[in-house]
Amino acid sequence: MSEVIWGLATSHVPSIGAAMDHGKTQDPYWKPLFDGYQPARDWMAEHTPDVAIVVYNDHANGVDLEVVPTFAIGTADHYQVADEGWGPRPVPDVVGDPELSQHLVESLVDDGFDLTLFQDLDVDHGLTVPLSIYCPDPGEAWPCRVVPLLVNVIQYPQPTAARCYALGKAIGRALASYEPDVKVAIFGTGGMSHQLAGARAGFVNPEFDAMYLEAIQTDPERLAGLSREELIRMAGSEGIELIMWLIMRGAMNDEIRRVHETYHVPASNTAAALALFDNRVQ
Amino acid sequence: MTTHDLPGTPIFDGGASRRGLHMNQLFMSLRSAANRERFTADEVAYCDDYRLTPEQRRAVLERDWQAMVDLGGSIFYIYKLAMMDGRSMQYLGGVFSGMTEDEFRAALIAGGRTDV
Ligand SMILES: [Fe+2]
Repeated sequence: MSEVIWGLATSHVPSIGAAMDHGKTQDPYWKPLFDGYQPARDWMAEHTPDVAIVVYNDHANGVDLEVVPTFAIGTADHYQVADEGWGPRPVPDVVGDPELSQHLVESLVDDGFDLTLFQDLDVDHGLTVPLSIYCPDPGEAWPCRVVPLLVNVIQYPQPTAARCYALGKAIGRALASYEPDVKVAIFGTGGMSHQLAGARAGFVNPEFDAMYLEAIQTDPERLAGLSREELIRMAGSEGIELIMWLIMRGAMNDEIRRVHETYHVPASNTAAALALFDNRVQ
Repeated sequence: MTTHDLPGTPIFDGGASRRGLHMNQLFMSLRSAANRERFTADEVAYCDDYRLTPEQRRAVLERDWQAMVDLGGSIFYIYKLAMMDGRSMQYLGGVFSGMTEDEFRAALIAGGRTDV
């Protein structure tokens, strides 16, 4: 039987990847963030999954505005790293898990979540930066297979927080019925508070972020009750991508253990955070 | 209050996406080096190829970043043009909030704009 072993909530800011790609992680600007990652990285390196489900959004790289799927899943055996305009990141391409993707599609559609399928997809920083946060030195290949799960957080109306949490629960049920004996990690990416455009550009809300970081473990129902308007007001127009953390949370057990967390302002225009949860609490 | 009434917070909704589709497609095309070369060689012709409205064309040619947002540009797409010009997201943040790039960067390093 498959089992979710851990969940990682993390920002996916492109400059975090660029700092790694250009050897700047020890610069004073970046050092606090990367120092904050280290205990989580050490723990994850000792708890290697077979496959990671990475919940993320594309940013005008693998997907454009001709088709805007609210929820989508990659079903390929291979995903190329996207060229976002300055050449692809120097990280390995991503190996998929079409068998697990197909199982998730069948189970989720039967469960009322009619996902769009990507049989061909270039993955951008939304997916590769979280992988680099998990595994900074992958060498020739990432340490696990990956199933991309995409959420429209760019064009209003984004799915509700409640719907994201329900999708996570459905993913948890789907994994519980997956026969192969695989260890699964689930990534909820994006956030924390930030806003890129408008007079409120540069907005950061540390009180909201602290509440969200705590409640994602202890009171996800409260977060699932936040409206789109509340999220945009309190987390910024781009901070709404925090709804993706609820998909991760929904796929995990009611009781989870916080292994590590870190919070730092800024990563470019964004409040950045990581929270790692062990799903195997007895 | 609805999402659309939040002061200082543009919402990229279906209407904006429809108005901005061609302009956003132009920005998306700039991911390829060959298209960046074509754009640089003749920006006017390139805008015409993508059937921009006169207002969108002016905004792109004059690098009026705020107008691009107002005319249906998504910030993630607009950023592709900014990158071509060697502009950072902090520069754009400064433009939108009435600061220089250095002031905007400093405001973020100081903990972000918590009072807006
Ligand atoms: Fe994002």
